[in-house]
Amino acid sequence: MAFASDAPKDGFRLSMLIYDTRYRSYTIQIVVLVLFAMAVAWLLNNTAQNLAARGKEFNFDFLWQRAGYDIGQQLIPYSNDDTHFRALLVGLVNTLVVAFWGCVFATILGVIIGVLRLSNNWLIGRLMTVYVEVFRNVPLLLWILLSYVILSETTPQPRDFRVTDEMIAAGEEPKASMILFDTVAVTNRGTNIPAPLFDRSLGSIQIGFLPVSLNLLAFIAVIIASVWANRRLLAHAKAVQEATGDRPVTWWKSLLILFGPVIALKFALGLHLEIPELKGFNFQGGILVAHSFTALLIALSLYTAAFIAEIVRAGILAISRGQTEAAFALGLRPNRTMSLIILPQALRVIIPPLISQYLNLTKNTSLGIAVSYLDLRGTLGGITLNQTGRELECMLLMMLIYLSISLIISALMNLYNRTVQLKAR
Amino acid sequence: MSETHAQTVTYVRDSMLPPAPPPVGERGAVKWLRENLFSSPLNIALTVLGVLIVWWLVSASLPWWLNSVWNASSLGQCREIVAASAGEGATGACWAMVRERWHQFIFGFYPPSEWWRPVLAFGLLFAALAPVLFAGQKRNLTLILGGVLAYLVVTLYLAGAPGVAFALSLLLVAGLLVVAQVAPGRLLWFTLIFPALCFWLLWGGSIWSPIVAMAGFGVLYAVFRFGSPFIGLAPAAGAGVVAAALWWLYIDHAIADRLQAALPFAIEAVRSDLFGGFLLAIVIGVTGIAFSLPIGILLALGRQSDMLIVKTLSVGFIEFIRGVPLITLLFTASLLLQYFLPPGTNFDIILRVIILVTFFAAAYLAEVIRGGLAALPRGQYEAADALGLDYWRAQRLIILPQALKISIPSIVSTFIGLFKDTTLVAFVGLMDPLKGVTQIVRADINWKGIYWEPYIFVGAIFFVICFGMSRYSMYLERKLKTDHR
Repeated sequence: MAFASDAPKDGFRLSMLIYDTRYRSYTIQIVVLVLFAMAVAWLLNNTAQNLAARGKEFNFDFLWQRAGYDIGQQLIPYSNDDTHFRALLVGLVNTLVVAFWGCVFATILGVIIGVLRLSNNWLIGRLMTVYVEVFRNVPLLLWILLSYVILSETTPQPRDFRVTDEMIAAGEEPKASMILFDTVAVTNRGTNIPAPLFDRSLGSIQIGFLPVSLNLLAFIAVIIASVWANRRLLAHAKAVQEATGDRPVTWWKSLLILFGPVIALKFALGLHLEIPELKGFNFQGGILVAHSFTALLIALSLYTAAFIAEIVRAGILAISRGQTEAAFALGLRPNRTMSLIILPQALRVIIPPLISQYLNLTKNTSLGIAVSYLDLRGTLGGITLNQTGRELECMLLMMLIYLSISLIISALMNLYNRTVQLKAR
Repeated sequence: MSETHAQTVTYVRDSMLPPAPPPVGERGAVKWLRENLFSSPLNIALTVLGVLIVWWLVSASLPWWLNSVWNASSLGQCREIVAASAGEGATGACWAMVRERWHQFIFGFYPPSEWWRPVLAFGLLFAALAPVLFAGQKRNLTLILGGVLAYLVVTLYLAGAPGVAFALSLLLVAGLLVVAQVAPGRLLWFTLIFPALCFWLLWGGSIWSPIVAMAGFGVLYAVFRFGSPFIGLAPAAGAGVVAAALWWLYIDHAIADRLQAALPFAIEAVRSDLFGGFLLAIVIGVTGIAFSLPIGILLALGRQSDMLIVKTLSVGFIEFIRGVPLITLLFTASLLLQYFLPPGTNFDIILRVIILVTFFAAAYLAEVIRGGLAALPRGQYEAADALGLDYWRAQRLIILPQALKISIPSIVSTFIGLFKDTTLVAFVGLMDPLKGVTQIVRADINWKGIYWEPYIFVGAIFFVICFGMSRYSMYLERKLKTDHR
């Protein structure tokens, strides 16, 4: 009896590169690599030729030249005598600020709407559905343009706020008035909000390019210290409870520890708010927030909130009804059921898509160009690019920065995600 | 005994009582109100809040809607009409702007005498989509094609199409209707030639250039078909691609020019910078959607691949595209491509934008489809291997149908995102309906200061299209659902 033994061992034939699975993947990979290398070489060659034809060179020296343009919103000191690099930094900070506050507001709003959409109340449920559908199905650009136009064309002029003696005598009201207990004035030039001022300021120190306010640092340090002290207090109370069975009263100590030092620091530094006031033709004092920032922030928050609401709703729906019932059977109250049973499980479903929404929001801040908000796109990719004519360098640098921001955000959020994920054993 | 017993039982009911109606609080509208609006103190508070919101919205906007003005030549005149009819200080919408400028929102600066061409292309788009969206469903196909026929009769007449074009296009759709009755599967052929037809209708020029360009695919297929018995499948496919590329690069133009000289047949050519409004948005959106799906699938498969180099390249491409905003890619299209391409190359800005938008959407789709691939149980892959299917057959018959089904909702939301993102082309100087056209309208001295009306008009059209897409995805999900839960 002859059994077929091993496959006949042929010599190597060229066709085996394609038909033999042992070699095929190598063949494909080498072909792909060669094609890719050729494409890259072709692009680089073209670029070199084009640069030579235009008489340009590829370097980043222009970043150290004088920028010569002004930026309306600057959170780090900048004047038009500074370099393009400094302008880039100002733009980057502007991008990050609007992205940060956008994420905060969108999350708050999105969670509220997502939970309300699940409520038993028919009317509220429908209203929230309408909100989500309307905001999801209309381009973000429309919301940005619309909020900007509404802010800058329907708001009163500063002089409409004026109260003259004749008006008081005639008992007339001014055409416009400030909102939020007379602290915020919305005019067609911008929004004037109160500024925090310190009577006994600690000053600021320079870290790298950025001046950092010591006052702010002091507040952050005190708050962190109080939270830590409060945790120690609660841990101590728990230890006593476990040893003796009686839990010492802690609520007033907690309050004292949490708020006492902050209030003391406020008085020590003499923190007070400077309220904007109408002087002459414009509001003086306080901080003037440009409408481009406000409009961008409002539009980004409202738009992204609709997506976050859907994510939150899906996350809560993904937790089976049995979890709630089991919690009730254990005698947990509804709010503890939510915080101890539902939310920790729902977060696992919610976090990954939430990360991509944050990334989307950050990238969408580049639409600020529609309302002339000078973010990274507006400074480096806009005015600097046009002034220096270095398209290649500016665009590559800008892409690199956006890419790094995206990667950093997703790395941070993935880190957080790992802490809430199910620990598989 | 029995008698006494009979006497003790004084009364036995021998018929059922008719059921009593439920109490007032447990039926009808009252029950619904109690359950849905007033079940608990919190619920009552929410209801009050909801009523307040609705009241505020209605009281603020209803007079504005009711006082709409449709006939006026400027915003000032609108305001006068509103003040005359509803009293001083009343607000009213000025839809007269839409009435006067609707054509810019729809066509941009496309020449009015040629409006019938985009109108026809739009109708035929549905005829081409129908066999894909409702494969083999005779009733739906007939319904859609009938709708297209009716739409074309009305709109082509309104747009003043030349008689020949009118007759030919109606004949075409009527022919498709007949095909739908006889052999619905054959309709796909129309879908295949539609891109060339649409390109020719929109941009115009000689009819021979799209035909000769399409012939390139014929060359590819012919080389593949006749080469494969001699040199094997994969080399034949490669040779086909090379032959087609050579065709497009070197032979295409010469043949098209000769044919045009021999048999001249052309319609007026329209330059790309005249495109605008929803015409532009739909051209970019539909092309991007059509091409991004196959590229996205390939990228997703590449990312899941065992081959290190293919995987690395796919991951690099996907992560790079997803990491940067679309605007920067659009600027790359408008500013940087002139550096990357051979000196002297200059091709159409709309085409450049479409390419970049397609890549952008493809990277997002790749991630979505990768999710679907990952959600598939390992056993499906192993079963495909056990059946002896090779890689592409396994993907085509087993893996992708299931993976794509899982990811339908996310795929469609990516498409919706792409369609909304077509508005961003305004930043590279194209005239999108939102920023481009609206800015032109708002810059007109007659309509200066108008803002709600153009944005509501454009937003409503976007809403209808995007909402329609999301509803279709729900329909598709229900139709493809094979589990019985």
